[in-house]
Amino acid sequence: MTVSDQGLVLSGKLALPEYAKPQPGNHPPLDFEGYKSTRLRHPKQPLVLLPQRLTEVTGPLLGDDVITMTDADLTTQKPGEPQGQRIIVFGQVRDSGGRPVPDTLIEIWQANAAGRYLHAREHHPAPIDPNFDGVGRCITDQGGRYRFITIQPGAYPWGNHYNAWRPAHIHLSLFGRAFTQRLVTQMYFPGDPLLKYDPIYNSVTDEKAKVRMISEFSLEDTQPEWALAYKFDIVLRGRNATVFEEPHA
Amino acid sequence: MSELLTPSQTVGPYFSMRLPWAGGPYVVPEGTEGAITIVGRLTDGAGDPIPDGLIETWQANPAGRFAHPDDPRGPVPWGDKAFRGFGRSETAHDGTFKIVTLKPGPVPDGAGGNQAPHIDVSVFSRGMLDRSVTRIYFSDEETANAADPVLAQVPAGRRATLLATPYDDGTATPGLYRFDIRMQGDQETVFFDM
Ligand SMILES: [Fe+2]
Repeated sequence: MTVSDQGLVLSGKLALPEYAKPQPGNHPPLDFEGYKSTRLRHPKQPLVLLPQRLTEVTGPLLGDDVITMTDADLTTQKPGEPQGQRIIVFGQVRDSGGRPVPDTLIEIWQANAAGRYLHAREHHPAPIDPNFDGVGRCITDQGGRYRFITIQPGAYPWGNHYNAWRPAHIHLSLFGRAFTQRLVTQMYFPGDPLLKYDPIYNSVTDEKAKVRMISEFSLEDTQPEWALAYKFDIVLRGRNATVFEEPHA
Repeated sequence: MSELLTPSQTVGPYFSMRLPWAGGPYVVPEGTEGAITIVGRLTDGAGDPIPDGLIETWQANPAGRFAHPDDPRGPVPWGDKAFRGFGRSETAHDGTFKIVTLKPGPVPDGAGGNQAPHIDVSVFSRGMLDRSVTRIYFSDEETANAADPVLAQVPAGRRATLLATPYDDGTATPGLYRFDIRMQGDQETVFFDM
């Protein structure tokens, strides 16, 4: 028998998917000198190898029953319209083998147009927008595609070093289909002059991987008289299949 | 053909993902028959609480089955939506978190044996550029733990950091366990590379 992508049957035996490891430099190091808060918050002992078993190759499949239409449109969640430049953020979630990841939850959160988060611990002296919570969610379609309507977030200062400003960004959280595929990342905007000074963005050492975090402006998907469009494809770990033996009685 | 992955970035300090399902920390509603509660504190290398952390848990049901189509024994029927197996708890100002769930059953190791009951955990926070992954085992599963292939890979002196232990906080909460997560220090929690 051949390996089937969904059926997971390998040589007549039950099979488990196995998710490929990221290449070195693809993800940032947990200990990164330029980002001060990593110093006391990264494991110092060597990591222990965890072979992928059932718990790691399954994962929460969330949201199908709780997502509403307005969850993906951050500009219509309140009685009034938020301030700022309306944008469309769209793209495809796929795995490193090029397969779309359907039916997966994406959560986003971001600052408002003035660079202010709606959050109790946020002290940046920029205005709160009563018409913008900055939180959205949606589920990818059968082709792994997603689409949000939101507001261009502003840059904001942070205390990492003198005159530190985060480039404009949108936080994204993805589950994929397995615990192994879980990803929290940030989407940046093309041409942002702050990118070159940002230790969080620059913590990724592989240049080609790093630019995966920059969205692409799309005039084609920009809606006349209404909103600019940015395309942001997201790539999660891809999978092969391995043999699975049931417990002996 | 293998594409580069979208790199991980920190959740930052301002995540406020208001997940409506299962009430976040409540994998099962409080008061569910047989429910256990796991409480703990997330601390940094100075021993200080991490007040802006996010703890997520993923686990099998008490029969050792997953609510997922890739469980090769066949998926748990979707009628079991009441138990998705996923929990999420933000840490409080004192670094504490809480998950209310059911104790998972033993899970096949895929090579003919079983793994001891366990819960996979992701730890996120400001200052973490990627998540750290650990596992919760239970100190009252001594026999199963002794045969667990993952615990066997962990240096014996560090295994205790992976054990949730029965805990009495004075409130007489039934099925209360304690599981602290220490990012660094003498008792640094064991973290895994998947
Ligand atoms: Fe942010």
